[in-house]
Amino acid sequence: MTTAISVSGLVKTFGRTRALDGLDLTVETGEVHGFLGPNGAGKTTTLRILLGLLRATAGTATLLGGDPWHDATALHRRLAYVPGDVTLWPNLTGGEVIDLLGRLRGGLDPKRRASLLERFDLDPTKKGRAYSKGNRQKVALIAALASDVELLLLDEPTSGLDPLMEEMFRECIEEERRAGRTVLLSSHILAEVEALCDRVSIIRAGRTVETGTLAQLRHLTRTSVSAELAGIPNGLAELPGVHDLHVDGNRVRCQVDTDKLDALLKALAAAGVRSLTSQPPTLEELFLRHYQDDLVARERPLEVAR
Amino acid sequence: MTALAGTWALVRLNLRRDRLMLPAWLAALVVSLYGSVASTVTLYPDADSRLRAAAVIAKNPAVIALYGPTTDLGTLGGLATWKPATLLAVLTALMSMLLVVRHTRAEEETGRLELVGAGVVGRHAALTAALIVAFGANLVLAALMTLSLLGQDLPADGVLALSLGFGAVGCVFAAIAAVAAQLTDSSRAANGITASVLGVAFLLRAAGDAAGNTGPSWLSWLSPIGWAQKVHPFGDLSWWPLLLLPALATVATVAAYRLADRRDLAAGVLPPRPGPAEAGPTLRNALALAWRLQRGSLLGWTVGFAVLGGVMGSIASSIGDALGDNPALRDFMQRLGGTGILVDAYIATTMGIAALVATAFAVQATLRLRAEEASQRVEPLLATRVGRIRWALSHFVIAVLGPAALLAVAGVAAGLAHGNRVGDLRGQFWRVFGAAVVQLPAVWVVAGLTLAAFGLAPRFATAGWAALVLFLLVGELGPTLQLDQRLLDISPFVHVPRLPFADLTFLPLLVLTALALTLTAAGLAGLRRRDIG
Repeated sequence: MTTAISVSGLVKTFGRTRALDGLDLTVETGEVHGFLGPNGAGKTTTLRILLGLLRATAGTATLLGGDPWHDATALHRRLAYVPGDVTLWPNLTGGEVIDLLGRLRGGLDPKRRASLLERFDLDPTKKGRAYSKGNRQKVALIAALASDVELLLLDEPTSGLDPLMEEMFRECIEEERRAGRTVLLSSHILAEVEALCDRVSIIRAGRTVETGTLAQLRHLTRTSVSAELAGIPNGLAELPGVHDLHVDGNRVRCQVDTDKLDALLKALAAAGVRSLTSQPPTLEELFLRHYQDDLVARERPLEVAR
Repeated sequence: MTALAGTWALVRLNLRRDRLMLPAWLAALVVSLYGSVASTVTLYPDADSRLRAAAVIAKNPAVIALYGPTTDLGTLGGLATWKPATLLAVLTALMSMLLVVRHTRAEEETGRLELVGAGVVGRHAALTAALIVAFGANLVLAALMTLSLLGQDLPADGVLALSLGFGAVGCVFAAIAAVAAQLTDSSRAANGITASVLGVAFLLRAAGDAAGNTGPSWLSWLSPIGWAQKVHPFGDLSWWPLLLLPALATVATVAAYRLADRRDLAAGVLPPRPGPAEAGPTLRNALALAWRLQRGSLLGWTVGFAVLGGVMGSIASSIGDALGDNPALRDFMQRLGGTGILVDAYIATTMGIAALVATAFAVQATLRLRAEEASQRVEPLLATRVGRIRWALSHFVIAVLGPAALLAVAGVAAGLAHGNRVGDLRGQFWRVFGAAVVQLPAVWVVAGLTLAAFGLAPRFATAGWAALVLFLLVGELGPTLQLDQRLLDISPFVHVPRLPFADLTFLPLLVLTALALTLTAAGLAGLRRRDIG
């Protein structure tokens, strides 16, 4: 498997603001890669650097084997991009924009264009200024999906789409994956990422904090366990990786680092298990854990001020 | 009054957004008027010198067409305010137009008004707030102009009448802009409609003023700018034409509110029509897109230039007739080489002004780049195989060739009109056409300057407009203000050979073209290196 996108130690500053602070990202060819992070974490900045619109302050970025800044136009023949906030030319129709962007990319498949228009239920005769946000988003999506490219860069592509259209989007991305295309999907919708992505990278404040398959990421986080035991458990608190332990007679509730689950289960079994439920972490918890560190960091100065 | 809820909050918002632009406009207008008056007082200290100056210009219809009637030139006030008056009235109208459209249609088009309108804000609040700011700005302008001129030994009632005239013209065009903002759903079109009305108002009074006693002088009465002139602040002062201006402003304001009642937020009165579902075969590269985006504007400008050229060309030959009843002047001109020289000088001056107007198109067409960048429409475009240099050139080509087309059209129209009038089409056509086209290198310098600002310091891309206004003021008022020649020399238009009056010299044209190319290259180099967005 080759690498479609490889970014390491990427730094981008705007004046005093440090938008990216040593970001790493690797996307393998043929995978659908989720790109997660809170607002302002640097997702869009990363995509703009990958498109050669912004010049990185430091670090390296390689896209489809080329340099995104120097080889921009050559690379752009092989990719399609959907911006997070689509603005259209007010006096061009949606159909004209789809054709124009497709031709500028090197042609688009008219059959695929027609079928996408139908599936996304878009009226291509409306002028740009008459479209709602969701419909503008559809114009950009159709223009991208109807082109024959290797790589799709999608910046929160479903914002503004209704649930039906979101479902349609998921189907389309599934088709892209089967066709062997690479997709970098920046998103906030965790269900979407869980359903579509082979691997995810979570970034915060311009740095990558986690990256891997969902299974790998789950492994790094805590599983919640609750059990009813035959006897009073001993020594659970001393076990490594056990957190938030609540013991109420012979009932036990706790969180455990997923890679330390073995030791906990052995200790519970020793006391005799009557019932046991264990819940793997959802992506949401994973996400929140990283975001919350951020929230705590943000709240701290307030407390000092008080 | 729920339709007006929140108006004051929006007035404060508008003033906050305009806290730099509005004072800059007011200061520029007041200082231009004050400077022109102050320098005239020092230039022509006594009545005798003023009468002599007046005698030279009073009979020239071409000059009258540009600057206005010369009936009051014998007075200090009349002479001092004659030259800047029409220009300042036009600029005041433009300021008012931009103020109103910026806070009404532009806000709706971007969707910002939707955000505001969801608060406790009435349906007419934005329109009312925009008009309050625009009318208020014009009142402040009139007050400042009055105050600045009171120490200048001019009759106080004349000063007040003149200043109120400027303010009232501004209010009229603020109200017309408010109507235009209801008609279409794009701010660009609203500005275009208002500017066309302003252009027609200018041409009507130009034709009427220049017509003299025998021609259709009533045309001036069809123009709001003409009404302000009919007040004759420093001659035979009559206040009542001044009343026509607030009357028209009121009618237009009422019409704007009526229209606003009949439409939805973000929609225009004119309904949107569906367009083609597929792009035509030619819409396949960046240049085709730029052409598609700019062709409507260029077409409008071309029509305007054809009219301008035709009017100016048909007036040209009557300059000789105007000398008819002044044997001393006629004799003087004969010795200089005939009245032909006067006509030639007029053609050169007219084409110099046409060049300044064509430059406005060049700046506007170049700044389209910045608009595309700021609205992020350029992002999906640059994510295709279109490179940034190719994209920049796609619009800049229109900024370079557009003015060439405009000046050529003006030259053809003026050449045909003038040649037919004097019965020497073959001889005169090319001389007039040459006078128009020779201006191009100076236009290109300003286009290059705008592109350089866009490429090197995009936040200051509007420096192109600032440069154009500076060159306009330097060229129009510089000689009156007796500015230093080195200061006048900063304007590229000063260096263009004044064809057909003067000889064609290639050196200044080559230098100007080289300068334009250098600025363009600097702009493109800056764009290649900088961040987009």
